[in-house]
Amino acid sequence: MSTATTPKLKTSAMIASFADPGQKTASAPFGHALVKAAQENDKIVGLTADLGKYTDMHIFAQAFPERFFQMGMAEQLLFGAAAGLAETGLVPFASTYSVFAARRAYDFLCLDAAEPNLNVNIVGGLPGLTTGYGPSHQATEDMAIFRGMPNLTIVDPCDSLDIEQAVPQLAASTGPTYLRLLRGNVPTVLDEYDYTFELGKAKVLRGGRDVVFISSGLMTMRALQAAEALAAHHVDVAVVHAPTIKPFDAATVLAELNTDRLAVTLENHSVVGGLFETVASAVVTAGLGKRVVPVALPDEFLDAGALPTLHERYGLSVQRVVAKVLAELG
Amino acid sequence: MVSTQEITTRGKASDVEAERLARVEGAAYRIRRHALNMGEVQGQGYVGQALGAADMLAAVYADQLRFRADDPEWEDRDRFLLSTGHYAIGHYAALAEAGIIPVKELETYGSDDSRLPMSGMSTYTPGMEISGGSLGHGLSIAVGAALGLRYQGSGSRVYNFLSDGELDEGSTWEAAMGAHHHHLGNLTAMVDINALQADGKTDTVLRTEPVTEKWQAFGWYAQRVNGNDVGALLAAFDNAAAQAAAVGRPSVILCDTKVGRGVPLLEDREKAHFMRIEEHEWQLCREQLTAGFEGKAAR
Repeated sequence: MSTATTPKLKTSAMIASFADPGQKTASAPFGHALVKAAQENDKIVGLTADLGKYTDMHIFAQAFPERFFQMGMAEQLLFGAAAGLAETGLVPFASTYSVFAARRAYDFLCLDAAEPNLNVNIVGGLPGLTTGYGPSHQATEDMAIFRGMPNLTIVDPCDSLDIEQAVPQLAASTGPTYLRLLRGNVPTVLDEYDYTFELGKAKVLRGGRDVVFISSGLMTMRALQAAEALAAHHVDVAVVHAPTIKPFDAATVLAELNTDRLAVTLENHSVVGGLFETVASAVVTAGLGKRVVPVALPDEFLDAGALPTLHERYGLSVQRVVAKVLAELG
Repeated sequence: MVSTQEITTRGKASDVEAERLARVEGAAYRIRRHALNMGEVQGQGYVGQALGAADMLAAVYADQLRFRADDPEWEDRDRFLLSTGHYAIGHYAALAEAGIIPVKELETYGSDDSRLPMSGMSTYTPGMEISGGSLGHGLSIAVGAALGLRYQGSGSRVYNFLSDGELDEGSTWEAAMGAHHHHLGNLTAMVDINALQADGKTDTVLRTEPVTEKWQAFGWYAQRVNGNDVGALLAAFDNAAAQAAAVGRPSVILCDTKVGRGVPLLEDREKAHFMRIEEHEWQLCREQLTAGFEGKAAR
């Protein structure tokens, strides 16, 4: 219990920015990107299940009220209706939290959108560990759930630039897609690199002689920060960003992995069924006898708490990544 | 609410209506006959449901639906969404009756590499708008289709066929709320109330009554009719067009039907979700069906 004499505690928050203090950010990059795409493509419509403000869909709703459909807190209706809209030739982007899309509405996405291969774009907020609210809101296994769905493209963007560039490509791709949304003030990181988002492609952001990081989502930001920090320890780290989890760019990733460097995957997701296992299956399929070290969330229901506390606790912080690499290198 | 009797009386008001009635009843007879022939190929199947729903399907395809048989993807078509995927046998029969698929193809129902799988899927069959079968999906998709058509300025209507068992699914009621909220006057739901589900009678599996009051409470224009009375069905569609569509209200026609309708041998059999019919019984079923239809026509 809090009393006047106890120090102020860090608190958990539903929506917590993972941007570092002073970091360059962009506000609501998804909402603005969708508006821009919709200005060029009059087939784009938006819908949400009572989470417009929390998925940046409100930006689109304000710009195109006649093209926005509020479905209420009814995720099965949300995605069934998105499929129905797509059946009539429209290009829906439907947003809710990742937990509800993956856990609650899976059957609707699977049968209504994926089986007929419709252009339904799922926008999932709070992917992985991006909220301190505990397992009800932490979609730590969303990619594991969705990877088994045929026809579905899965994108785990790193930053605002990834999101801005991904949205029009998701609209242009024919089948269903799932975007692991980063919302609110989203860090802008990849503009410092010679990088553009290409759906289905992994990109080498930086080279390095000793270690190769394969990362997706916000962990690419941490990977780049960890690479900088490891340079101080005279460890030279390459970073490969693989934002498209499915279909996976195995050729680019395996070319980078098939060396003597320490290979580490980094993801904001359970160690089960996400980037690590995607990479591992590509390695085994290609017959490479290569060890891969995962940086990922444990196969557990995670604690509630403040996001920095939890990222440190579960190994997603830069400090924990650096320590893990140094330990691996002995 | 309009009573069945009143609707029936009005439905038979004129010669034009008599011709309309005869056309739809003829279609319903042929749909039933197709369904029996398809069932015989497999030796079993959802024949009971197809017979029960034949009048509803006939009313849709021979009277209500705007479509082009030679162009199932025609942009301005009305959409008929079969939520109840295992009713595909009846739907294929209706598609054949409508000229969208060849009658000859019906004999491939449920066979390897057929375009007519046991559970209906949009990716297999011309004229099959959605992949139903995971029950409780159709109405949500229908809401999206109705929104999409309206947004694009289309005058096309959306019909969703669902069963009373699907009223167990929460998603059906999510969609019912959504349709009312968005004033979808271009949406009509048809519920086949055959009072039977996989594990037994509906009132023993999960009580769904009072059904009419539920839909009314959800803001729909609800009519309950004898779903095996073609005149009542047609009158209900007319009422829906006049009373609901014009004021942006979604409409539901709750159709009480009899599993195996039109074939006394099957009507009287203990009801089963998946009806077994012996080899020697198929011809008898056809004879009973035809005798019943011709007897009715003669009257």
